[in-house]
Amino acid sequence: MTTQEINQKLLEIVKVYLPQDVTESSIKPESHLMQDLGINSAHLVDIVLDVEDTFDIMLDENDMQQMQRVEDATTVIQNKL
Amino acid sequence: MSKDRRVVITGLGVVAPNAITMHDFHKALLTGTSGLKHQKELEELQFKCQVAGKPQLTQEIIDQHFTALQQRGLLATGLMYGVISAKQAFENSGIDFKNKSYHEDIGVVFGTGQSGGDKFREAIHHIDDNDVRRLGSTSVIQTMSSGVSAWISGELGLGNWVTTNSSACSTGTEALLMGYDRIKSGKARGMLVGSCSDSGPYIWGGFDAMRILPTKYNDKPEMASRPFSHDACGFVPGSGAGCLVLETLESALSRKATIYAEVKGGHLNSGGQTNGGSMTAPNGLAVQACIKTALIESKIDSSQIDVINGHITATSKDGFEVKNWSAALNRSGKDFPFINSFKSTIGHCLAASGSIELVGSTLQLHHQVVYPNINISQLHPEIVSVIDKEKVPLKPIKTKIHSLAKASFGFGDVNACAILSTFKP
Repeated sequence: MTTQEINQKLLEIVKVYLPQDVTESSIKPESHLMQDLGINSAHLVDIVLDVEDTFDIMLDENDMQQMQRVEDATTVIQNKL
Repeated sequence: MSKDRRVVITGLGVVAPNAITMHDFHKALLTGTSGLKHQKELEELQFKCQVAGKPQLTQEIIDQHFTALQQRGLLATGLMYGVISAKQAFENSGIDFKNKSYHEDIGVVFGTGQSGGDKFREAIHHIDDNDVRRLGSTSVIQTMSSGVSAWISGELGLGNWVTTNSSACSTGTEALLMGYDRIKSGKARGMLVGSCSDSGPYIWGGFDAMRILPTKYNDKPEMASRPFSHDACGFVPGSGAGCLVLETLESALSRKATIYAEVKGGHLNSGGQTNGGSMTAPNGLAVQACIKTALIESKIDSSQIDVINGHITATSKDGFEVKNWSAALNRSGKDFPFINSFKSTIGHCLAASGSIELVGSTLQLHHQVVYPNINISQLHPEIVSVIDKEKVPLKPIKTKIHSLAKASFGFGDVNACAILSTFKP
């Protein structure tokens, strides 16, 4: 899977959790999920579960801690595929 | 603040088996339209009673009240009914709904018996499969009892007292009185009060097992719930939510709000499971004491009660309840007030029953009409021995209503009685 394909799928996952005042176009590789996109910390748990389902991978505690920015998530996923 | 402050009802919301808005609920109660249906799910699970009342929520209505994100993994039906009824009631009250500002002087007491039975079942399966992490972030909010009041507070920016009460089938009427006391004591300007109950086999199953539900009406569901009737043979389980906005008269007048009725007061007590009372049966003397004290607290004379909206669940205890009303009010025969029960058309909505029926009771005061009872083939002889049969109306009665008494009784021998009056400045 190309990085672009991963990012596209990641965008589909992340956009669901955006607060109502943040638009989809704000999602950039360097965006911090909580600080820049305003995603509720409780929802990071759900994003991880969605990522697992979408890419058919398992993420451990360490992977979750690494996933601060969108690009971090891309890297974590790439390493698992 | 003044202890003399008056408390009025300025907003109504309802999610009932036979209607999803207060306007439709008024029409349904006026015409005796039943929301009770045969439930395929219960048949497949081999329930003895396969009739139940479930609000007919469409995806369109759900989309109006919940974002796509909120809908993900949302299985707590009672919570959904509660949130919808509260948003309806708040919007109906006209209190700054759109701006979503912070209302530090408005709170919410929203009761339930339990929360999110279906969500809890899903969680149990994940946990038993050694997969606790799959619970995600939504399990707690949906299964904690106070999930519904927390959710409502967050949707509407309510910053005063936010809590959930629980007292079985008296929950809704109890919530009203808790909110009333909060305002009366000067600690809040307004309170949303209400209650909700889940739909489905996991909430209704226990009652089926107790053999207290009707089993002979699976092929004629609209006839299954027969309050006051000689052939009443058990209550039909229901579900839904009701919500009322209470506020000080001063606040309501200053905003030129529609005032549907005034809450005069009420009382809560328990029979202590003594004197014939048990976990499931009421102590009659305590029921009478609850009604009498509610009148005293409300400064309403029993002669001013023109309508009773009873608990009357359609069991062999209906006659006992009528006798208790008669003794408490010291009125009988033709002198007895009109009495009705909405359970013939909506079933017994358990923890939600009190608040849904309070919405209906308030609508009776607002429209000055007594809604009819349906499914009475013949009044129970115990009832006819105490009151005139015309006092149990079978058709809508347009009449001047001074005050209405609403009671709810619950498992645990707990009683709640509220007195509402037609508003007079």
